Amino acid sequence: MFGYALRRVLTAIPIVLITITVCFFILRLAPGGPFDGERALPPDVMKNLRAHYNLDQPLLTQYLIYLGGVLRGDFGPSMVMEDFSVSRLISIGLPFTLMLGFSAFVVGTIGGMLAGAVAAVNQNKWPDYLLVAIVLVGIIIPNFLMANLVQLFFGVYLHWLPVGGYHPGSLIHLVLPIFILALPHGGRVARLVRGSMIEVLGTNYVRTARSKGLGTRLILARHALKPALLPVVSYLGPGLSYLLTGSLVVEQVFALPGIGKYFITAALNRDYGLVLGTTILYVFIILALNLIVDVLYAWLDPKVRYR
Amino acid sequence: MTDVLVVDDLDVTFALHDSEVKAVSDLDFSLAQGETLAVVGESGSGKSQAFLSIMGLLARNGKASGRAMMGDVNLIGLPPNELDRYRGKDIAMIFQDPMTSLNPTLKVKTQLAEVLVRHQGYDNEKANRAVVEMLERVGIPEPVKRANAYPHELSGGMRQRVMIAMALLCRPKILIADEPTTALDVTVQAQMLDLFKTLTHDFGTAMVLITHDLGVVAGIADRMMVMYGGRCVEKGPTDTLFYDPRHPYTLGLLHSTPHVAKRARRLDPIQGLPPSLEHLPRGCAFHPRCAFRFERCFEERPPLLPVEAVREKACWYQGELKYGEVA
Ligand SMILES: Nc1ncnc2c1ncn2[C@@H]1O[C@H](COP(=O)(O)OP(=O)(O)OP(=O)(O)O)[C@@H](O)[C@H]1O
Ligand code: SF4
Ligand SMILES: [Mg+2]
Repeated sequence: MFGYALRRVLTAIPIVLITITVCFFILRLAPGGPFDGERALPPDVMKNLRAHYNLDQPLLTQYLIYLGGVLRGDFGPSMVMEDFSVSRLISIGLPFTLMLGFSAFVVGTIGGMLAGAVAAVNQNKWPDYLLVAIVLVGIIIPNFLMANLVQLFFGVYLHWLPVGGYHPGSLIHLVLPIFILALPHGGRVARLVRGSMIEVLGTNYVRTARSKGLGTRLILARHALKPALLPVVSYLGPGLSYLLTGSLVVEQVFALPGIGKYFITAALNRDYGLVLGTTILYVFIILALNLIVDVLYAWLDPKVRYR
Repeated sequence: MTDVLVVDDLDVTFALHDSEVKAVSDLDFSLAQGETLAVVGESGSGKSQAFLSIMGLLARNGKASGRAMMGDVNLIGLPPNELDRYRGKDIAMIFQDPMTSLNPTLKVKTQLAEVLVRHQGYDNEKANRAVVEMLERVGIPEPVKRANAYPHELSGGMRQRVMIAMALLCRPKILIADEPTTALDVTVQAQMLDLFKTLTHDFGTAMVLITHDLGVVAGIADRMMVMYGGRCVEKGPTDTLFYDPRHPYTLGLLHSTPHVAKRARRLDPIQGLPPSLEHLPRGCAFHPRCAFRFERCFEERPPLLPVEAVREKACWYQGELKYGEVA
């Protein structure tokens, strides 16, 4: 198991390098730069700025300088938010984003699994139809639209929940964002669980379990749940990455102090350093998630364990 | 000898999109303590569904009616939670495919011990010890190691032995074995049948052996029930059916089985195909394939009636059955 994990970590290194390289050059290919504002800056100022951020060097040299920095854990300065290093901005926004993302992940995963299992056990009866309908709505409606709808309904009309904003410790401000993020994720999980649960309930080994008189609860918990969760587990990695990327938008809509705020402004401003830094961070997170999922998968399915 | 199971008027129906199909009709039989009853018939004749219905294991679209009395309890129509008091304890079932009938994600011992925990109230430790003993009893070498294995680490024959051990843990009164050897090598098949014989004898368990291999029946079954199109067409002691079949379908089956037909001059499959249950022929369902049919067979269905004291058949033809003469 340890050797397997180590191998996976080593294969991740080239992936990170390739991502950095591709992102670096694509960003530079895009027209415009960090200092193209509404009003053009005086040529002298522009020249100084470019020199300060090494933008006057050949592209390849810039690339090597950047790569060297990353290896030392330094993602360089933000080019638009002066006096802030990229690492600093990330460390301000990331904890909130992770907290939001993981909360939504936990809520969505557990909710989705329960909903999917209930739907499967009641296949083609009303709880099944109801859940399938909710899940469809949750998946089809994009989260920014859904976010606006719930803001209107629960915030503006009913005054039950705040429309946006956040101050540390205020859970009530997190209810709607978590719900919005958890809904499509939970929907996908529910759909997967429903499908695989129905399949598992029809297998010969569940029939064997029933022939032993074990009772529905034990059959579900011991015989059906684990195999039914296999396809779900392989979805959880990508699912959590969707969540974390989705949270960039949701943070913006609800005016939350996560990394999303910086990322989106950075992209609009061509803030090379900040965009790259955030992207690399996400690549890291996604790779780590996939690794965790694969290890979890090996635990669930004894057949994979020894490969 | 007391009867451990008395089945009476058993019907099994499946709902299809806009119609229904009757997989088992009017089935009557009894099973005496410790005896072995073979149930034979071609694919689709309703053998499995009849016994799945008694175990409460029909597919969602299936429905059973009638009686299957185990003592004072009618197993048909019992809600699952009440059925669970008897399934796995007094009546157990072994399925055709040992490769898919064990849970791939659970260790062998988990899947066996849970039966004892559920029905005998053993604690885990006691149950695990009993499991190892039973594995040894069904001829599994290194039972402790095998108990800790996952099913995919065992061979097909080994898995079927595990299934047998699982079914017999509570020493049930009734064991239903649905084609328990079909998926196995011929050499393993013989060993497995010996094992069934020994264990059911030792435990006083009555066995229903579902099979379409008459060669298997000869050595093990006391009585035999032949099914065609969801109905019993002939039943009686195995010897009498083998040496003196009275139903043309039984005769055909015997002549299409290599092992049994040695006495006959040639080996012949029964002409024609098994009927589709949705479009069963009028009259005697076997008539399109029967060499002995006459007018009455086309219009009236023959009832199952006693032929001699211990046997019954459902056929209008009363003359002597001579194989090959009319065919
Ligand atoms: N879920 C179902 N829905 C509709 N019809 C079914 C269903 N299950 C079984 N049947 C019907 O019941 C018939 C009898 O099936 P059964 O499994 O009892 O046959 P069998 O005698 O055991 O044959 P085999 O030797 O192939 O196992 C099948 O031919 C099929 O048409
Ligand atoms: S009733 Fe007629 S058709 Fe049916 S088996 Fe007997 S002889 Fe053949
Ligand atoms: Mg069958």
